[in-house]
Amino acid sequence: MITVDQLSFHHPHVSTPVVEDVSFRVEQGRLAVLLGPNGSGKTTLFKCIAGLWKPSAGRVKLDGTELLSLNYRQRATLLAVVPQDHTPPFPFSVTEAVLMGRAPHVGLYAAPSAADREVVREALEAVGISRLADCPYTRISGGERQMVLIARAIAQDAPLMLLDEPTSHLDFKNQHKVIEIVRRIATDKRLTVLMTLHDPNLASVFADQVIMLKNGHIVAVGQPDTVLNEQTLGVLYDASVGFVENEGRRLAYIKTNTLP
Amino acid sequence: MYGYAMKITSAIIMISPFMAAGAALFWGAYDLSPSQVLDVLRTMLSGANTPEAAIILEIRLPRIILAGLVGMALSASGATLQAVLRNPLVDPFILGISAGSAFGCAIAIGFLAWLPLQVAAFVFGGLAVLLACMMARSGGEISRLSLVLSGVIVSAFFTALLSMVKFVVDPLKLQSIVYWLMGSFALADWHQVKTAGIGIILGCLPVYLLRWRLNVISMGDEEARTLGVNVSRKRIIFIACSTLAVTSAVAVSGIIGWIGLIAPHLIRMIAGPDHRRLIPLSMAGGASFMICADTVARNLAGLDVPVGIITALAGAPFFVYLMKRGGRESWGQ
Repeated sequence: MITVDQLSFHHPHVSTPVVEDVSFRVEQGRLAVLLGPNGSGKTTLFKCIAGLWKPSAGRVKLDGTELLSLNYRQRATLLAVVPQDHTPPFPFSVTEAVLMGRAPHVGLYAAPSAADREVVREALEAVGISRLADCPYTRISGGERQMVLIARAIAQDAPLMLLDEPTSHLDFKNQHKVIEIVRRIATDKRLTVLMTLHDPNLASVFADQVIMLKNGHIVAVGQPDTVLNEQTLGVLYDASVGFVENEGRRLAYIKTNTLP
Repeated sequence: MYGYAMKITSAIIMISPFMAAGAALFWGAYDLSPSQVLDVLRTMLSGANTPEAAIILEIRLPRIILAGLVGMALSASGATLQAVLRNPLVDPFILGISAGSAFGCAIAIGFLAWLPLQVAAFVFGGLAVLLACMMARSGGEISRLSLVLSGVIVSAFFTALLSMVKFVVDPLKLQSIVYWLMGSFALADWHQVKTAGIGIILGCLPVYLLRWRLNVISMGDEEARTLGVNVSRKRIIFIACSTLAVTSAVAVSGIIGWIGLIAPHLIRMIAGPDHRRLIPLSMAGGASFMICADTVARNLAGLDVPVGIITALAGAPFFVYLMKRGGRESWGQ
């Protein structure tokens, strides 16, 4: 279980905080989605939880362990981060890229062992990209690269996984596919997952819990079917939101003629 | 390339410096037949005091070993800094070592005759890198981009100082400064092998031991941190070690360009970007490249041409070839 307790962050020499007094918790094995408009403080909150930025107040705990007081190596054994799509400067093979997830487990002067390679092989299998093992990481598609980064997080073998907009560079189908895989792995391995998304409809399909953030404050926290409605989404995105129901799904849409 | 092909290629690259060194013993300004060279090598341990033995053991051998060590230092440091700065076009002089050492050498030759050239080059080369790191530091962090910019600034500054020294110095001394700047092993002896060797090995050893971490660091600061690597501390270690190796090399050889850029590139094209292989193979490849270049330099046209000219002559067209052929792949685009 991850507990975020009264977390605030403001940039040095700037008085208005980007994130203020944010508290929520996610139970073990649950998948939580952080929703919020651009500039709502999602990324800041994300970086604070990941230990990359130091919050000005508040705590982040994983089952009682204070994450922010750990060093990078200790934290990396508890928390794996899947960054947004990126291009590395060198064409590492997919296997080499996923092996980097073993970094917190490999001794300082050592290189990954056969056991580490086995973990990597299993991680590639879990996300279904074993066939890419020897391909250069720079030559595969954006969707495949996202899978590699997820495999790397699995190889990192941490109980908590953070994903920063994992769907942002993906096509219509791949958005679903990537989250579906994360969902399955979270259930299989009892991982706690926290991800930021832009699409409330993806959240309504896959999330156990939705956290809504606006102007650095929490607007609503709860199960998707209770939290995702015309009113909350309308407030969150400053837009008039409607819902349609079809084949047992409730889909949110924005009423286009009402935008300012 | 995977499996056996990779193992065999790696093995060939690893033994290539020894083969190059062995072959290089047979060439030199003084004409010795292959059988004379073999005779000397056979009686080497008995300490025969012939002129042939002196030529081979006191002139050719230390020069070949020194060239190998310097090639190893430049190439390994090039590969290291390319990973640390996440830029495959970086060479080991990027942080201002060449300009700093050149200035140190110029004032030692020009004004401070009591100051050994090697010491001046070493001290000012290190000073330039230290200045670049201090300039790039803000809020306790040294960022990658500001480090490269600071390197450019420090280089420009020391180059200006060097020009000033060149302008005011005695023309005869100017000649020695210019010759030193071209890079050469003409003055190699066992003493230089020892002093440079210690610095180069001390600089290369930690890089060799920590080399797998370079993979992680080359992914970027934030990613490396979330993978559990203390980037700030590791970057300082890698830069300090590279600086020690390169300044030790520059102190005995002058400034030899291109090799620290090209050798890691070539190895990356052959063996891929994994630093577990790249670092040792770059060391070996750089060493054999330098031994070959120096053998050409000292036998070309009966003159001892500065080896820096040879590496640049070979390097520039070679780099164009790389760019046209494997460039996209080895630059990760």
